[in-house]
Amino acid sequence: MRFVKRYLIPRLIQYVLVTFFGITLVFFLPRLMPVGPVEKAVASIQARGAYTDPKAAEETVRVLREMYGLDRGLFFQYLSFWRRLFTGDFGPSLVSFPTPVIQLIGASLPWTFGLLFTTTVLVFVIGNFTGALAGYFRQNRALKILDAAAMVLAPMPYYIVAQLLIILFAYLIPVFPVGGGYTIGASVSLSLAFIADVLKHAFLPALSLVLLGVATTHQIMRLIVQGVNEEDYVRYARIAAVRERTIFGKYVMRNAMLPQITRLALSFSGLFGGALVTEVVFAYPGVGLLAYRAILASDYNLIMGITTLSTVALTTSTLLMDLLNPLFDPRIRLI
Amino acid sequence: MKTLRALLRDGRFSLGSVVLLLLVALAVLSFFSPYDPTEWRVVPRDLPPSRQYLLGTNSLGQDVFWLLTFAVRNSIFLAFLASTISRVIALAVGLVSGYSGGIVDRVLMLVNDGFIVVPLLLILVLLAMLVRERLNLPAMALLFGVMGWAFDARFIRSQILSLREREFTYTAILSGTPSLRLIVNEYLLFVVPLTMATLIGNMIWVTGMEVTLAYLGLTDVTIPTLGTMLHFALNYQAVLLGLWWWIFAPIGAAVALFVALYLLSMSISEYLDPRARIQRVGAR
Repeated sequence: MRFVKRYLIPRLIQYVLVTFFGITLVFFLPRLMPVGPVEKAVASIQARGAYTDPKAAEETVRVLREMYGLDRGLFFQYLSFWRRLFTGDFGPSLVSFPTPVIQLIGASLPWTFGLLFTTTVLVFVIGNFTGALAGYFRQNRALKILDAAAMVLAPMPYYIVAQLLIILFAYLIPVFPVGGGYTIGASVSLSLAFIADVLKHAFLPALSLVLLGVATTHQIMRLIVQGVNEEDYVRYARIAAVRERTIFGKYVMRNAMLPQITRLALSFSGLFGGALVTEVVFAYPGVGLLAYRAILASDYNLIMGITTLSTVALTTSTLLMDLLNPLFDPRIRLI
Repeated sequence: MKTLRALLRDGRFSLGSVVLLLLVALAVLSFFSPYDPTEWRVVPRDLPPSRQYLLGTNSLGQDVFWLLTFAVRNSIFLAFLASTISRVIALAVGLVSGYSGGIVDRVLMLVNDGFIVVPLLLILVLLAMLVRERLNLPAMALLFGVMGWAFDARFIRSQILSLREREFTYTAILSGTPSLRLIVNEYLLFVVPLTMATLIGNMIWVTGMEVTLAYLGLTDVTIPTLGTMLHFALNYQAVLLGLWWWIFAPIGAAVALFVALYLLSMSISEYLDPRARIQRVGAR
């Protein structure tokens, strides 16, 4: 009971407050700009009206004005924003007109989720393992080379690595496709051939995310392990002639993992930003590419929907990590 | 002076500063450029690097080398301005929040966490989309500055929290020092070096964001920056046309800038506090 009161409830309150505030930010920040988003969308639709169906354009403008309550106050707009959020109704997309935004996001979500989930797991396992080794065996020559590689890779922005991978493996040595989620024209089914095709297309985007993620995780883990190495209990274990492998696996690694597990949610958010760029570079049909298309077309509804949902996804993943933490760290259970 | 000598002993610091100085020198060269960077068709198009055109020319008829000098200058200027703005916010929030504690601290940290959880890239994209036409360098710096302070405010706050428990704080309070003077005279001196280290880390972030936004075509592409150079090179299919010098010039300069700043920030924050380094790397 004490655990619920001291740990669980404060976390839940924090989750609700931070999510609330984050979404409020998403609502108000665009409104601080000199050009209103809705006015901008209306203007761009009216401009496009010349060569799209004028009736559709007119309809969109009317729906937008009404939906955002442009003629009414800011507070009313804010309230209706929340109401729409809870019903999952972000209005129709402007690019593919009557299709609701939520449907478009739903269609591309599995792609992004698959890509992000796989890369997050891979980054976590590989990065922490090599990082811990490099931190523990500091004199090893091969691990030092790995350190140097991580040092150069870590500060790189995603698109540069992605672009280089495309130039290397899709253009100079064409072993992987340049982009897309699967071969155009292939029938979407659960056959082995299709799955293989999907994996082949996902390889380069995943590789770019994994490379950068591993470089960062490697560096952090190395530093944490170096810190743990200096702890008294490790020195004591050494003096007591406990086997090196036991010290490394049971004492150092386990303790160093804790902050990394907490960081997992944050690294997920980092990967999320990376995925947006990566998907654009590789034309991978996920949420990132959808957002990019929305940007190009000034599809305000769609961008707002994606931004809001990602905020919720990020806070929720942080909460999940916080809730899982007591499983790994017995100290929290004792609060 | 002693600090500088100690820092220079670190190989990463000296390498980082040499690369950064070279880039700054490149930026200074832009003042002697024979061409206007916004003008097209001033030189023959698509020439490979030669003695006359050091880094070749692009499909727009610009000399890549001189264009690069402007791009580097603008990118460094933007990164510095934006990071300075966000440092001011981060310092103010961190100092106030850490010193006052209680309800002020909670509210400020709630705002802070709100900024941490929203997907900044998407928000920036959203905002940039709205003001694309007027997104000149100072406006962009303001935008990045307002968005990029949250992580470091938390970091500064944690430093203040530990300073507050130190002996000298009690001495100062007991001898009747007003809190404002305590903050400005004592605490600020402690956190300024740390803030400088986060400044460099933030410059990396700003440059990365700028290039990303330009890559997506969301900034004013008539201003030469590393991002807009890359934007034009990719839009004119420099890779497919085999104009490697056009695409590798901005990528090379960007990579050099990133690595130099990163080396500097790692080295400085390690010098200041080994533990700070962990947070720095984590703040990506």
